[in-house]
Amino acid sequence: MSTVIDVAHLDFSFGSGALTQPVLKDITLSIQKGEIVLITGPSGSGKTTFLTIIGGLRQAFHGSVNVLDQQLINSSEQVKVKARQQIGYIFQQHNLLKSLTALQNVSMTLEMNNMLTEQQRCDRSAEILIAVGLGDRLNYKPGQLSGGQLQRVSIARALVGQPKIVLADEPTASLDKQSGYEAVSLLKRLAKESQTTILLVTHDYRILDIADRVVELEDGVIKKI
Amino acid sequence: MNKLAWFYFPARLAWRQLVFDRTKLVAAICGVLFACVLVFMQLGFKDSLYASAASAPVKLDGDLFLMHKQSEAMWRPIQFKRSELMRVLGNPAVAEAYPLYLGLAPFKNIKTRVKRTLMVYGFDPDSLIFNVDEIKSKRVELRLKDTVLFDEYSRPEFGPIRQLLETGQNVTEINDYKVNIVGLFRLGVSFAADGNVVTSDLNFMRIFPKRNHGDIDMGVIRLHPGASIKQVEAELKNQLSEFINIFSYEELLKYEKDYWANTAPIGFIFGFGTVMGWVVGLVIVYQILFTDIANHRNEFATLKAMGYEHSYFIRLVFASAFFLAILGFIPGYLLSLGLYHLAESQMYMPMPMLLSKMITVFMFILSMCVVAGLLAIRKLKDANPADMF
Repeated sequence: MSTVIDVAHLDFSFGSGALTQPVLKDITLSIQKGEIVLITGPSGSGKTTFLTIIGGLRQAFHGSVNVLDQQLINSSEQVKVKARQQIGYIFQQHNLLKSLTALQNVSMTLEMNNMLTEQQRCDRSAEILIAVGLGDRLNYKPGQLSGGQLQRVSIARALVGQPKIVLADEPTASLDKQSGYEAVSLLKRLAKESQTTILLVTHDYRILDIADRVVELEDGVIKKI
Repeated sequence: MNKLAWFYFPARLAWRQLVFDRTKLVAAICGVLFACVLVFMQLGFKDSLYASAASAPVKLDGDLFLMHKQSEAMWRPIQFKRSELMRVLGNPAVAEAYPLYLGLAPFKNIKTRVKRTLMVYGFDPDSLIFNVDEIKSKRVELRLKDTVLFDEYSRPEFGPIRQLLETGQNVTEINDYKVNIVGLFRLGVSFAADGNVVTSDLNFMRIFPKRNHGDIDMGVIRLHPGASIKQVEAELKNQLSEFINIFSYEELLKYEKDYWANTAPIGFIFGFGTVMGWVVGLVIVYQILFTDIANHRNEFATLKAMGYEHSYFIRLVFASAFFLAILGFIPGYLLSLGLYHLAESQMYMPMPMLLSKMITVFMFILSMCVVAGLLAIRKLKDANPADMF
């Protein structure tokens, strides 16, 4: 199996000078293709920060972060944009565009890909929305969908581009137990089908059983693997 | 496909976001519409002013024109000696030279007896210096004592002259002197005079008893066919007294226009109004785009996290600005069209909606929206995914 995420001796801190607040200390972690890894830990342990560095949203300066053979430490904006395009991101809130329908929201991922025709984009988006069980809600806008449905649309949006990695930041935080569990199971099922790597941050202990591996983070240090 | 997608996708998203919030879209369109109408009206009044200021000189039929150097414009002339005009006949290229007498005088409304000032033009009826058919055809009647022709396009405050003439009521007073209106012609009002009357040079002296034949307001010169206007103008310039200005037809029009544009502050006022309309519209559109970006900050940050580049959002903002420009311009144009008609029918000011004016105003509105977009894109910096999640 190949390594898709390789982090070595990553240090990260907020602020500067006397106000420097270390968030991540000497993190080393390798994730293989197709693995589902959960990161848990109390609030403020640096989970989300770690995820945003992997996702190319935040610039880190010390250590090594290798994602899909791209070094993200001290990288240029282009490298980060390229990394983001290969990663599916699922946010704490659904973060859907409220002026667009479910179908259009999912298509937004594919609009960066010039190879596809409009028809292909629509077909693929519809296909994945059917796969997440929203075949009858294609033309609904976010305002007309429930919380669980919204999170399923955002899972579809993250997966439609067939990314090699999916990063999820507390995807169940705004959902009840039932729909939260359904959402992550769905994510797991779709990811396993396409050998997609999933890195999921959560402190929802109800969903730990979907993981291949659980990493616990506390005060910026990996406590237990 | 690639080139198309480059602008098509952000434009499509901009459009979808615009039409999603109808209330805000209507408010935004009203803002642009307001600026559009303001600019249309200011430019309309300005052009109308120039057009009407030049309405009398436009109808003058001559090759060269003399005015006193101290005359600011035709409506407030300084007299010069008739003999000065007659000297030009010494030039072999000059065929005819005619004096034109001008004066502002109160005209009594036949019905209400209220007096209102209008412009009186006095000239030899046989000279045909006004290129207006109704005046030419009435030259025999004008030669009679105390006869005048009335400009039908004068403001309605002078009375319904056409109806009065039909019922035989044609006697009124100009400058407290009794005259007969023997016909109508069409010239148009200007900012200087609300109405016009033409009469013979002899009648002019009767209406204005203090004036005399020897002091004229303008000279109209016709050249022999084939003579070079430029050359004769240069020759006459040397011969004439230094107190006299000599103009070609185009130069006279420009002199009249420039007076209203520069000497009278009216040109400046309308120019200023146009600029203010632009600035107000700019501020409105900027506010709309700015709050729009602020409201969509979260969505933009999400798209950035998905891999959209910063330039995509810049194109999106400009597409929004472009749509607002078009959506505001169309109703703004239609409303202005109505207001132009209203001005023409109610105020008797010539306000044609020309294609060139349409294009000018659209460019104005477009530039306004683009500058607003330029100012608003700074706000995009706030949509930073690392700070949002």
